[in-house]
Amino acid sequence: MNIFLFMISCILTNNFIFSKFLGCCPFLGVSSKVETAASMGLAVTFVMTIASLFAYAVNTWVLVPLHLEYMQTIAFILVIASLVQFVEMFLKKSMPALYSALGIYLPLITTNCAVLGVATLNVKEGYNMLFSVLNGTFSALGFLLAIVLMAGVRERLESSKIPKCMKGFPISLVIAGLMAVAFMGFNGMV
Amino acid sequence: MSEKRQNLGKVVFNGILTENPTFRLVLGTCPTLAVTTSAINGLGMGAAATFVLLGSNVVISALRKFIPDKVRIPSFIVIICMFVTMVQLLMQAYLPSLYESLGIFLPLIVVNCIILGRAEAFASKNPVAASAADGLGMGIGFTLALTLMGCIRELLGNGTVFGASLLGTSYQPMLLMILPAGGFLVYGLMLGIINALSNRGKEDAK
Amino acid sequence: MSLILSPAPHIRTKDDTQRLMLNVLIALVPCVIAGIWYFGWQAALVLAVSTASAVLAEFVWQKLTHKKVRIFDLSAAVTGLLLGLVIPPASPWWMVMIGAFFAIIVVKQLFGGIGDNFLNPALTARAVLLASWPAFMTAGYNVGRFDAVTGATPLLSSASTMDLLLGNVTGAIGETCKIAILIGFIWLLVTGTIRWHIPVITVASACLLGWLLGTDPLTTVLTGGLLFGAVFMATDYVTSPMRLPAQIIYSIGIGVIIVLIRKFGSYPEGVTYAILLMNIAAPLLDRVVPQRLYGHAKAKKEAK
Repeated sequence: MNIFLFMISCILTNNFIFSKFLGCCPFLGVSSKVETAASMGLAVTFVMTIASLFAYAVNTWVLVPLHLEYMQTIAFILVIASLVQFVEMFLKKSMPALYSALGIYLPLITTNCAVLGVATLNVKEGYNMLFSVLNGTFSALGFLLAIVLMAGVRERLESSKIPKCMKGFPISLVIAGLMAVAFMGFNGMV
Repeated sequence: MSEKRQNLGKVVFNGILTENPTFRLVLGTCPTLAVTTSAINGLGMGAAATFVLLGSNVVISALRKFIPDKVRIPSFIVIICMFVTMVQLLMQAYLPSLYESLGIFLPLIVVNCIILGRAEAFASKNPVAASAADGLGMGIGFTLALTLMGCIRELLGNGTVFGASLLGTSYQPMLLMILPAGGFLVYGLMLGIINALSNRGKEDAK
Repeated sequence: MSLILSPAPHIRTKDDTQRLMLNVLIALVPCVIAGIWYFGWQAALVLAVSTASAVLAEFVWQKLTHKKVRIFDLSAAVTGLLLGLVIPPASPWWMVMIGAFFAIIVVKQLFGGIGDNFLNPALTARAVLLASWPAFMTAGYNVGRFDAVTGATPLLSSASTMDLLLGNVTGAIGETCKIAILIGFIWLLVTGTIRWHIPVITVASACLLGWLLGTDPLTTVLTGGLLFGAVFMATDYVTSPMRLPAQIIYSIGIGVIIVLIRKFGSYPEGVTYAILLMNIAAPLLDRVVPQRLYGHAKAKKEAK
């Protein structure tokens, strides 16, 4: 498959939020401000890229040779949890500015289903190392795009007269639904 | 929460209605949106999650005095993961078609915030029986919500419920409902309606 | 209060809303006439059902939520008519009704009513209908004088340039007759309802990219819903960016996405999605695009 098309499809056509429902919790929870949404998106991109790489390595060189495929979920979640921990420590020491920007979002990422989801999907689809990493990075960029757009819309709606019963989660879900309708325009592009 | 004896029935009821994880706490949104394209998928996902919730709540509650506070989250995740792997293997063996249609959302139960959330908020602080009741209640609440959403989306999007045709052959299915966008819209509108109803209930009570 | 924002940050009153909407309705008259001329009574029925349903939905919602009934600001009528004009002339009445209800209730009123919707209601409803009943939305074109035409999608028709200009081709009710759209455009410009930037830049950027990818600019403009969308949909005050620099980026974005969807997507026409996608991006554009004009980012809040 053409690498360029693959990257585009990860961002637009197969968007993690609008067509795969991965990472909905942070998408709904951390999207009320554009800046925080962007930080969350960047943190997720960072972690998803490395997690894809490490999960691929663990699966190919440890689980498969030892016939421990049924341990996949537990192995991946441990890889992700320790990666997040490691990234957090590393950033704290060497890039304090980035750390303070991403800080509070990093621990949340362990339980972000997008990260475990991409690792599992990579195995399921049988991607090689390059495509696994690309899938991680560009799906995360799709998530970043979605969450930043969402935050832009939500900021705009801050002062609008949304009915009381729809405030908060309900209206966010409706926004997401309408955004998903618009994203259907990319169907079949890749 | 102190370890006083609690009315177990009340704990179960709390999970089903008062603090329904899907409609009141809005947790576990990803599987809720992803698998509710049909009633049977919603039910299957709910049952799997209930099994994991019950199991992990009991084990975590039983071990709560032995798990060091610092590593409690990783320990919880490992315990939850054990149960998820069990569900995966069982379902693969006995319900292969459901296993296929739930896809990656089955292993993703591990990171479902309901389960970790209950472990942290309830099971790690309460005795085994109460934790089991909590897991059961939350699980049933989650299952009911997912099945309800599955029914609505399947009915509108396909004209059927649990595969049985309800709306006749002249019904033109609204395909949007079983597409991702429909999931978001149905969930959002249901939350809005439930909020409106409960607000009205509160006003009546005054 | 109603927030109808024009590019320069100043408030308009409610009477202004009605006047603006009336101007849009007048601008749509040529399209309505052309649509009924070409597609016959079925088109008239679709337009009537969609306009009436939209006004009814607005009325019922405002009654139920104990709000002031404001159907006479005509915004619901405009939404309904616009929806009718962008769907096929043979659309079944129940589908048109569902579309109009969706546009008014889900896309507009749930967000607080006029001025608070972030997407164009008519286009969102069209996209929803297309996703829900693709068969009706792609096959309902062959009515009126096109009864005998089979299988020709609006973009693939081999009609002559003159036919395309006059609208003597299959397509959605309001978008085939380019002359009628241009008359409406001139009316909107003369009455000061819209400015020229968004439609012209949208069409120009679509033509340019289409030309780079090997499509004759004339074909780009004269086929599909580009012209109608650029004039009547992309210019919606509420869902387009507020300031000119952002509007320019917004228009270029629409033009580019239209061509990309036409060229590479699975849908034959991309105007609806292009405008919706840029509607979504509009709030960000207003924030991010550097401003050279005197307005500023928080103009909207201050206007309240």
